[in-house]
Parts: sequence; structure tokens; C-alpha cells
Amino acid sequence: MADTPKGILTSPIFANNPIALQILGICSALAVTSNLGTAVVMGVAVSLVTAFSSMFISMIRAHIPNSIRIIVQMTIIASLVIVVDQLLKAYAYETSKQLSVFVGLIITNCIVMGRAEAYAMKNGPAMSFIDGIGNGLGYTVVLLFVGFIRELFGSGSLFGIQLLEKVNDGGWYLPNGMMLLPPSAFFIIAGFIWLIRTYQPAQNEEAEFKICPNTQAKEAV
Amino acid sequence: MFEYYLSLLVKAVFVENMALAFFLGMCTFLAVSKKIEAALGLGIAVVVVLVITVPVNNLIYNNLLREGALVWTGMEGAESIDLSFLGYLSYIGVIAAMVQILEMFLDKFVPALYNALGVFLPLITVNCAILGASLFMAERDYNFAESVVYGAGAGIGWALAIVALAGIREKLKYSDVPKGLEGLGITFVTVGLMSLGFMSFSGVQL
Repeated sequence: MADTPKGILTSPIFANNPIALQILGICSALAVTSNLGTAVVMGVAVSLVTAFSSMFISMIRAHIPNSIRIIVQMTIIASLVIVVDQLLKAYAYETSKQLSVFVGLIITNCIVMGRAEAYAMKNGPAMSFIDGIGNGLGYTVVLLFVGFIRELFGSGSLFGIQLLEKVNDGGWYLPNGMMLLPPSAFFIIAGFIWLIRTYQPAQNEEAEFKICPNTQAKEAV
Repeated sequence: MFEYYLSLLVKAVFVENMALAFFLGMCTFLAVSKKIEAALGLGIAVVVVLVITVPVNNLIYNNLLREGALVWTGMEGAESIDLSFLGYLSYIGVIAAMVQILEMFLDKFVPALYNALGVFLPLITVNCAILGASLFMAERDYNFAESVVYGAGAGIGWALAIVALAGIREKLKYSDVPKGLEGLGITFVTVGLMSLGFMSFSGVQL
């Protein structure tokens, strides 16, 4: 399944999700998800950077000396991120202010580096591009999931449109303030991982120690 | 003056903790926090690299990149040259080069420390806490002295957080966790609770 273009595109979304299984690119997943709008922008930006950097790196992979490949990859990724950053500043200035340093941090987002290193260095440009898009989508799905829950329960709105009438404005919904605080993103991602692993038990990690059942004859007093 | 730098340091360590308030360097934070020794080694490496790279990037930003910074060259029209869009490229270049130089330096002169840090040094190049600190430094317009203090504070804060998490995870091994949450899931919940704890520092006025 994983060798067809379709398989490469879809498998990172749930079966091999970069955030939930590969522990890649978590930093920005937490910091930019307090509302859905920024989450979408971030997801699109990361998908594009991953796809194009994978494609370019794959194109020149035969010419990169092994010892300096990290620097070459970094340069390509950093140039792409500069392009994205300038585009955002030009066409979506408000969003780019909200994202602040996190656009720049796409450079060190391990998804981009990880895919370049693990896939693009060994495969052709077209497949690398698809692989980049697929992993970007897997990242975006988690971002959207977290952003959806945080914005809906934290401020009662989606994409800035008020859906649940807040108590302060005379409605019935008492916003859950914790959802707007960064730690909530951790709990939601933990829940997301739990959900995925319930449906895909193969991803469960083995416990390092087995907890033995209580072998005493009587309950401890 | 001293008080000002002290408060900047405390703020960087606790209130604006790199790992638990801004979630930077999370990949390594979660991956290398299973053992306290490893976490401590990585933490020290991060402090060293941050103390060097943030001031160096500060010099580059203030003397080459920011708007009007090139006036000292005496070029015509230098006041209007704004190279700050090249920031990302130059910061990451500086970081990669610094890490490489540091690695060679340690290998030659302090082999004991080199062996202790060995595996972690190359990892640091892609640690977003390092790049993040440089970006925050540029965004907040720190001067040179402030950037030294901020780099040290950010590094210490990150090291503190990863050692604390490693301590918790070492104990957590012996606990009975629900099936799907084992490993990564429960770590996320733990970090969430730690970060909730660090939120309490945000009320501190300095």
C-alpha cells in the first residue's frame, strides 16, 4: 500500500501520523492552535515547505556530498521558509503577527528535516513531493483537531464566528478558560494519540514493567 | 542595573520558560527525557550553545541585518538597506557553524565533556529552542548584554524543565497506565501538568 502514490499521500494522515507516532514537529503544534484560523495557515505553510523542500532536495540528491548534506538541506528549507514568511507578511499581515516566531521555526520543524533525510534522499522528486504533502496533511489534521476543540470550548467560536453564545454577552455558554491556555494542547494531543491507538493497537508501546496482579490472599488492610 | 539583568534572567528561566511556556525544543524534549543523566547532558549542551549563539546572532542582527545597520560601512544609501528578511538563513547558519566549531573544540581540548555530550551536540542544530531564542532576541530588540543574559536564562530554563521531566518519567515507569496512553500519551499529559504548574509563574511581576 505504501508504495503507490495514493498510499504515500494517505498513510501519514492516520496510520503513520508524524505527530502522534513519529514525535516530529510538536513545538508549533502546541503554540499556534488556540484558534482555528492560525492553525489552518500554519498547516498549509508547513505542508508547502515540506513538499517543496522534499522535491528540491530529491532533485539534487545525487550531487550532495554526504558530509555536508545537513547544511545543504538547511539552506534549502530556510530559503523556502523566508519565501513563506514574506508571502504571509504581504498578504496576511494579521496572521503573520499572531504566528510571530513560529513561522521561522518551521525551519527547525523536525517534520521537514525528517522527511528530507528519511525519504527525499532516497526517492525521486515526484514521489518526494507527494510524501511531503502527505506528511504535511498528517500534521495539519492534528493541528485542526486541536484548534477545533480549543477554539470551540475556549471561546465558543470557530474561525472567529461566534457559535456558542457566551455568558458575558448574555448567552448560556460559560467558556472554558483553560482551553485558551497552552497546557490544554498537551491534554488534547494526548487524547488524540489515545484515540488513534485505540483503533490501531499495533502502535501501542510496551510497558517497561508488567504490573503483577495482587497475589495476597486477603485485601491489604 | 544589576537588578534589571537579574530580573531578565529570572524571567527567562521561569516566567518565559522555553520548554513549558513556549513549547520550544519539544521533539528532543520528549525523545531524550527517559533517563536523568541523558537529560542533564543535553540540558548542559543547550545552555552552552545558547550562551554562545544568541549573542553572536545579536551582533549579526544589530551590525549587518537590521534596517540602517550597515551605516558603518559608509556605503551610499546604507540607511535604507533592510536585510532582516535574511535573518532565518543567517541565524540557522550561525547555529550550525557554532555547533560544529564547539564540537571540534571540545573534541580537541575537553575530551571528557565531549564524550559526555557527544551524541547530543549534533542534535542541537535542529532544536527549535536554539533558533527560537535567537528569533525572540531579534523580535524584542535586546542589546548585547541583554542577549547574553537572555541566552543563559533560556538555556537554564530548558535544562531545568527537561531534567524535571526525566525525573518524573523515571518514576512513571512503575505505574499502571491505560493501554493506549502508555509511553508517548502519558508523557504528553505529564508535560501538560508541568506546564500548568509553570503557568503560576506568569503572575510574577518583575
